[in-house]
Amino acid sequence: MDFIMNLPFVTIVLSLFSAVICFAMKDKKARFVSYFLLITSGIMSALVLLYNLNSETGYFVYRMGHYDAPIGNEISAGLLEPAFLLLFEVVMFLSLAGGSQHIMQDVKAEKHKYFCIMVNLTHAALAALCYTNDIFTGYVFIEICTIASCSLLMLTKRTRALVAATRYMIFSLIGSSLVLVGIILLYSITGHLLFPQLFSTIQGLWTTGEYTFPLTIALGLIVSGLAIKSGMFPFHFWMPDTYGTATPAASGILSGVISKAYIFLLLKIIFRVIGYEVFLDSKIQYVLFIFGICGMIVGSVSAIKTNNIRFMIAYSSAAQIGYIYMGLGLGTKGAIIAALFQVVAHSLTKPMLFLSASGLSDTVGGRHDFASIRSSAHNNKIAAISYSAGALSMVGIPIFAGFIPKLLFSTSAFGHGIQTYLMLIALAISTILNVLYFLRTLINIYSPAKVELERKTITFKNSVAFSVIVLIMSAVNIAVGLHSQPIISVFEKGLELFINIR
Amino acid sequence: MKNKFSSLLKEWYEGNLSFDDRMNSEPEKVTTIKEESEKKEIRIVKDVENAEQKLTSKGYKFFSVIFCVILAVVLIGTVNFMPLFADNNTPTTNEVYEHYVGEGRDQTGAVNTVAGMILDYRAFDTLGESFVLFTATCAVLLLLEQSKNKPIKKRETFTFSNDPIVCTVVKILTPIIIVFGIYVLFNGHLSPGGGFSGGSVLGAGFILFAMAYGEDNAAKIIKPSIIRVITICSLSFYCLAKSYSFFTGNEFNGIHSIITPGTPGNIVSGGLILPLNIAVGFVVCCTMYSFYMIFKRGRLD
Repeated sequence: MDFIMNLPFVTIVLSLFSAVICFAMKDKKARFVSYFLLITSGIMSALVLLYNLNSETGYFVYRMGHYDAPIGNEISAGLLEPAFLLLFEVVMFLSLAGGSQHIMQDVKAEKHKYFCIMVNLTHAALAALCYTNDIFTGYVFIEICTIASCSLLMLTKRTRALVAATRYMIFSLIGSSLVLVGIILLYSITGHLLFPQLFSTIQGLWTTGEYTFPLTIALGLIVSGLAIKSGMFPFHFWMPDTYGTATPAASGILSGVISKAYIFLLLKIIFRVIGYEVFLDSKIQYVLFIFGICGMIVGSVSAIKTNNIRFMIAYSSAAQIGYIYMGLGLGTKGAIIAALFQVVAHSLTKPMLFLSASGLSDTVGGRHDFASIRSSAHNNKIAAISYSAGALSMVGIPIFAGFIPKLLFSTSAFGHGIQTYLMLIALAISTILNVLYFLRTLINIYSPAKVELERKTITFKNSVAFSVIVLIMSAVNIAVGLHSQPIISVFEKGLELFINIR
Repeated sequence: MKNKFSSLLKEWYEGNLSFDDRMNSEPEKVTTIKEESEKKEIRIVKDVENAEQKLTSKGYKFFSVIFCVILAVVLIGTVNFMPLFADNNTPTTNEVYEHYVGEGRDQTGAVNTVAGMILDYRAFDTLGESFVLFTATCAVLLLLEQSKNKPIKKRETFTFSNDPIVCTVVKILTPIIIVFGIYVLFNGHLSPGGGFSGGSVLGAGFILFAMAYGEDNAAKIIKPSIIRVITICSLSFYCLAKSYSFFTGNEFNGIHSIITPGTPGNIVSGGLILPLNIAVGFVVCCTMYSFYMIFKRGRLD
C-alpha cells in the first residue's frame, strides 16, 4: 500500500506531461486527454485520502529527489490536501463537461486544443498548490496558475473577454508579486524555504522578538497577495468582468476552483508556515475579518444593483468569498472549519449557477439582462431547476450545501465580544440581501412573459452533457447539504493535523 | 408612498430599473439576431462601466495612489530592519547553504554549484519553471497566432536583408553565437551557465539571423514543426527523467537510481544535470524564438 504515497507526485507530473502531450494532438484527442486526466487524478486523490484516513499518522511527506528536507524539495499530504484536490477535480470535470457545448460556440475552432492544454496546466498547478511543502514551489505553481487562468479567459472570442482577461491579469500579477516579495523577505530573515523549517524558525524569531517588523511585513504581503488573487473585498473589481464575459466553463473553473486554490494555499501557509499562534498574535486576522465583512455587504449590494444575471452571480462570488475571509479572520477552529465548508459549498454551487444561467440565456439568444431572460424557465426547464437549486443553496436554505456554512458560522460566532455582534449582524444582513437578489431572479425567470416584449423564439437545444451535468451538480449539492457530518469530521481531523504535525 | 415603493420593487425585479441614465427610458426592442448580438456587446460594456465606475471612478484613483504610496513607504522602511547584505552572520548562511557549498560537488557531481542546486537538489522547482515557459508559449500562441487560412498580413517593417554590412556581420556572428550557446549549454555543470543562459544565447542567435535575413527566410529554414517537436521532446524528457529520479529517491519504492554523479569535472558527469540542462536550454531557445516570430509575423511558419 506504500505505493499510494507516490500518487501526489504522479498527479502533478502526469498533468504537466499531459499538457505537453495535448500540445501535439488534435482537438478531439486533446479533450479526451483532459477528461481522462481529471478522472484518473480524481481517483488518485480519493485513494490518497482513503490511505491517509486509514493510516496511523494520517500524514506523509514525499521527497522530490534524493535529499532530505532542508536540502531538497518535498511534497506532503495530510487529509485536507487530497480532500480539496478531489473537490477541485470534481468541480473542474463537471464544469468542463457541462460547458462543452458553450466552449464549442465561444472558442474559435482552431483553439480548442489550447483550452485543453490550459485546463491540464491549471490542474497541475492546483495539485502542486495543494500538495506543496515548499513555499517557493508554491510560488512557481502560482505563476503557472496565473498564466493558465488568464489564457482560459482570453480564449473566449469576444473583445470584452480580452479586456476582462487583461484586468484580471493585472490584479493577479499584483497579487503574485506581493507574494514573491513576501517570500524573499521571509527567506532573507529565516534562510529556509520549506514549511517545517520555516515554521520552527518563525516561532523562534517571534518569541525572541528578532526581526519582528520584517516578519510581520512579509506575512502581511503574502496574505494580502493571496487575498488579492482570490478576490477579497477591496480587490474584487475584476470579478464581474471576468466571470461575466468568459465562457461558462471558464467562469466556473475560475470562480469555483482557482480562487479557492489560493485560499487553500493561504490556509496552508497560515497553519504550516506562520503557525496558528503567531498568526493570531500578529493581528493580521482582524484585517481579514473586517475586509471579509465589508466584502459580504458590498458584494451583495453590487449584486442587487446590477441588471445582468451573470454579473449578479459574479458579485455574489465576491460576497461569498467575504464569508470565507470572515471565518479565517475570526480565527477559531470552528470558524475556520465553517470557512472550509464555505469553500466546498461555494465551489460546488457557483459553476452550477454559471452553467445554468447561460443555459437560461440561450433561450433568448445569449442575452443576460433580466428584462430579456424573463420567463425563460419555461423554455429551458432543466437549467431552471438547477438554477433554482443553486440560488437556494447560495441563500442558505436547509438541505442545500449553502446552509451548513451559515449554520457553522453562526454557532462559532459566540463568545468573542464585539466580533460576535459584528459577525451575526453581517450574517443576517448578508442573508437578507442574498434572498433579495437571488429570489428576484427566480421570480423573474418563472414569471409569465410580457406581451409587448415578446420576441421571436430562438430555437436551441440543450446538449445531453449539459442536462446531465447540471442535474448531477444539483444532486451533489443536496447530497453535501444532507450529509455534511462526514465532511466536517474530515475537516476537523485535517485541521488538527495542520496544527499539530511539524 | 407605499404604492411608489411597491412599483419601484416591481420595476427592479423585472430588470427594468437600472442605476444609470437609462432609468426612465423604455426597454429596447430588438428583433433580428444580428442586431441583438450587436446590442448585447454594447449593453455588456455599458453594464460593466456603470456597475463599476459609479462605485469606483472617483475613489479608485485616490485609493490606488494611497495604496502605492503606503506600499512603497512600508517596503523601503522594511529594508532598515533586514539583515545586512553579504554579511557572514545573516540567517541565510545556515546549514542549507553549508551543505550546498560543502557537499554539492560530491553529491551531485556538478562543479557549478548553481547547476547542482537547480537541477538536482531543487529540481522540482526548475521543472515548474520550465513549464512556466511552456505555459507562456501556449498563451502567446493562442492569443496571437493567426489561422492558417488567412494570408499573412504584410506590415511595413524595416528589414536588413538588402544591407550588405548587416548581412555579412550576421553571417559571421550567427555561427559563433550558436556555438557559444551550445558550449554554455553543455558546460552548464562545469562552468557558469546552464540551461537558461545557454538557451537564451541560442535563441538570441536565431533571432539575430531572422532579423537580418527576414522572417520569411528564417521560417523556411526553421520550420514550426521542428520547434514543436523539440519543445515536446525536451519537456517530455524532463518529465520522465525527473519522475524516475523522484520515484527512486524514496526508499519505500525499493528501486535504486542507476544514475551516478560520475567524476566531477568530466564533461560526462553530474548524472542527469547535463541532459536536463540541454532540455531546458532547448525549451528556452524555442520559447524565445517563437515569441519573436509570433510577435513579428503572427505565426511560426
